[in-house]
Amino acid sequence: MFANTKKVEEFAENMASVDTVKGRSLWQDAMGRFLKNKAAVTSVILLGLILLFSFVGPYFAQWTNEEIDWSTLGAVAEKGRPSIESGHYFGTDDLGRDLYSRVIQGTQVSLMVGVVGALIAVIVGTLYGAIAGYFGGRVDSVMMRAVDILMAIPYMFILILLLVVFGRSIIMLFVGIGLVSWLSMARIVRGQTLTIKNKEFVEAAIATGVPSFIIILRHIVPNLLGVVVVYATLLVPEMILTESFISFLGLGVQEPNTSWGALISDGAGTIQYGTLWQLLFPLFFFVVSLFSFYFIGDGLRDALDPKDR
Amino acid sequence: MSLLEVKDLSISFEITDGTVNAVNGLSFDIDAGQTLAIVGESGSGKSQTVFAAMGLLADNGTAKGSIKFGDLELIGMSEQRLNKVRAEQIAMIFQDPMTSLNPYMRISDQMVEVLMQHKKMNKSDALKESIKMLEAVHLPDAKSVIRRYPHECSGGMRQRIMIAMALLCRPKLLIADEPTTALDVTVQAQIMTLLSDVQKEFGTAIILITHDLGVVAGSCRETLVMYGGRVMEFGKTKDIFASPGHPYTKGLLSAIPRLDTENAELASIPGNPPNAMTLPKGCPFAGRCAHTMDKCWDVMPALEPFAEGTRLRACHLPLEEMN
Amino acid sequence: MSEAETLLRVEDLKVYFDIRPEGAMPWTKSLKLKAVDGVSFDLKAGETLGIVGESGCGKSTLARAVISMVPAESGHIVWLGKDLAGKTGDAIRPVRREIQMIFQDPLASLNPRMTIGDIISEPLWTHHPKMKKAEVKLKVEDMMRKVGLLPNLINRYPHEFSGGQCQRIGIARALILEPKLIICDEPVSALDVSIQAQVINLLQSLQDELGLSLIFIAHDLSVVKHISDRVMVLYLGNGCEIATSKDLYAHPRHPYTRLLISAVPIPDPSIELSREVELIKGELPSPLNPPSGCVFRTRCPKAQPLCAEEKPKMEEKSDGHFAACHFPD
Repeated sequence: MFANTKKVEEFAENMASVDTVKGRSLWQDAMGRFLKNKAAVTSVILLGLILLFSFVGPYFAQWTNEEIDWSTLGAVAEKGRPSIESGHYFGTDDLGRDLYSRVIQGTQVSLMVGVVGALIAVIVGTLYGAIAGYFGGRVDSVMMRAVDILMAIPYMFILILLLVVFGRSIIMLFVGIGLVSWLSMARIVRGQTLTIKNKEFVEAAIATGVPSFIIILRHIVPNLLGVVVVYATLLVPEMILTESFISFLGLGVQEPNTSWGALISDGAGTIQYGTLWQLLFPLFFFVVSLFSFYFIGDGLRDALDPKDR
Repeated sequence: MSLLEVKDLSISFEITDGTVNAVNGLSFDIDAGQTLAIVGESGSGKSQTVFAAMGLLADNGTAKGSIKFGDLELIGMSEQRLNKVRAEQIAMIFQDPMTSLNPYMRISDQMVEVLMQHKKMNKSDALKESIKMLEAVHLPDAKSVIRRYPHECSGGMRQRIMIAMALLCRPKLLIADEPTTALDVTVQAQIMTLLSDVQKEFGTAIILITHDLGVVAGSCRETLVMYGGRVMEFGKTKDIFASPGHPYTKGLLSAIPRLDTENAELASIPGNPPNAMTLPKGCPFAGRCAHTMDKCWDVMPALEPFAEGTRLRACHLPLEEMN
Repeated sequence: MSEAETLLRVEDLKVYFDIRPEGAMPWTKSLKLKAVDGVSFDLKAGETLGIVGESGCGKSTLARAVISMVPAESGHIVWLGKDLAGKTGDAIRPVRREIQMIFQDPLASLNPRMTIGDIISEPLWTHHPKMKKAEVKLKVEDMMRKVGLLPNLINRYPHEFSGGQCQRIGIARALILEPKLIICDEPVSALDVSIQAQVINLLQSLQDELGLSLIFIAHDLSVVKHISDRVMVLYLGNGCEIATSKDLYAHPRHPYTRLLISAVPIPDPSIELSREVELIKGELPSPLNPPSGCVFRTRCPKAQPLCAEEKPKMEEKSDGHFAACHFPD
């Protein structure tokens, strides 16, 4: 009656003889989808180039960011133009400092502010939100009310106050931005945790007797990472914008250090003297990076959550 | 003349990894006032078949072949005309009633809207008719229930309301896609009884899509068994249950535990449900069948009549060797 | 059967949830949702107890209360002579090794970011943190073979498997610690018919091989009857009837059991078309405000004034056949 089970058996044997098969994780799947998104991949390349520029750029600079080219002083509009011969590839600013070096330096600071701010948000916000969401009940109430209170404080005001009281320094800027950047992340993560915690695989872990802290780290956080990564990429430009805004107000990093915001502020201030390049070069880097981050964030969201499209 | 005639229907979906053939060369028809069950497991293409008839395929899906409703060809019909057919001639109820009830509108408003739009009734007549219809589906206290929002009703009530809404325009054909899968058995019994009452009262033809053979046994005259996007067997329900003509049907029937008999061990079908991406060239059931022959892998058996033309089966195995 | 030791005894177990009425002030008293309201049963070693009931009858809550995933309001859960009620955290951990659970949704019960090797071995890491990696791998592969999975799939991820295979992974995870009792919460209701039979057969053969006890929770009476030695019927958090599965289906004593059995269709047109289905009337009452006395009285065809006044006790109506009804059939 079993006319041809042989074929089935052979098939099964063939499968069995194959060596341990490597699985394709969800991350690998997402990577495949991300690589198909042209805008996002272009953005990654652009951002990579900007990053590369901020590290390799200094080796091609003929002036440091502090030196003043006295020859251009007083006639920046004519002699401070961008030119290869003078070594000022991007021209000079109104004090005769080399804009090329200053843009590189500003890029480093701005990207660092963005990345550090986002990183604090990711680490603190994720753990805080996951703990609040996972334990729920009273713990959740207390922890989230604390976030609400911190959020209710006008944070730009606090930041400005901090910078005025403790003096303007990069460290202070990081502290200020770090203090607030994780708040909304904690909220988002908590919401996600509430849904994940009711999934059966978490119940299964509880039923097995896995300790709570390990459940959070092994089962909850990895499943949150999709949301966290997307939100973090969108947070980086937000941090850069915040820093730029503060620098634009004149409270950001201190001279001779600079940032995109400070450079744009300077450039905007001298626009009436016909030195448009002072605005355009920093602005170009600023806009390209912001757009890149947003496109990458979008691409990541589509890649990690294909159902939401 | 048959009410709905499906001929050589094929449905495929374009996805990132290639093309998925969900349904291949499917043909069946149903007469007015008849009941037909389409039985199959997940991935058999049973739901996609009726989605195609209703013009509800996902954007990446295409249907080829012909689905004729009376004289109307439904495949390739303009959205506008299809809408009219859908509202007035063919109605559909779903597994989850909430998919077709608007959570932000009172039930009365939703029902009245349908009647005013398609039957050109005025509001008070429409409301009266709606209440009458809710009473027809044995909804207790219809006058007050109609003023509620969908979320204020229990699952069984929602399913009744959805059936009432589907019947508002007196459709000739009612398609029920797993109407009781999400319900408890006692409620399922109520709904199935209701469907058969409704059919007697309104003379509606019903296509019941389900995986539950128990439900089929009690409610449908004819049964179409699908597997991997193809018809395995078609015939009168009682014939199929009494002497299944296909190894898949036979396996399915002996795989379910029954309340009325003692069975020591269930005869299970080995393997996993079909994956539309990796179907063999021949019979989709070849990989799980106990009677697989060499040609099963390469040649899809044709759907051939037997038992004096009252039944159809698609299997290379001669009928005599089925047992 | 009667000589076998009693593994688990549940006595008058009550599980209440606090429900805040919508828009309530923080100080208003919350309502009590009586998910499980006084259920008692016992389970012997090697036995399968089926628990059936419709959605909202508290069967899943009961299962979670037994393994202390939800706290019990009152009552006793006696596991091998020790009362577990009220115990949490470290006190319960050694018992968790002996009671494992299988869940309804096969895919959702597996962490999508972990390989199945990691999933199956997680209980081992948790309870035997010092076990060597090679030994863990050996055990996992052995267990995969036992549940009918090819061990070379150990590095795959859950989404690469079908529903039936995922349920096998879930079973492997539950068995790896060699537990005494497995609680199956609707283990086959999300699976296709042909796969259901595979999983049921697998559970039964593993039970014979390993001498397991099972608590099998499902809404599908046919499945429960097939796999269980004894069956308990729940309605609105209350036990209605407990009897051997044969006895329960042949001679139901509680009216609810009778109506429930009548509602199940028989997959045979020659029987089904001539069978008179007795429909249950009305809607399920809210567990926030259950009827007084017998909870089924509002829908019961045999209800009398006494049913509203006094809650019927679970009593032995005939040999080994318990029912909670004032007027049993």
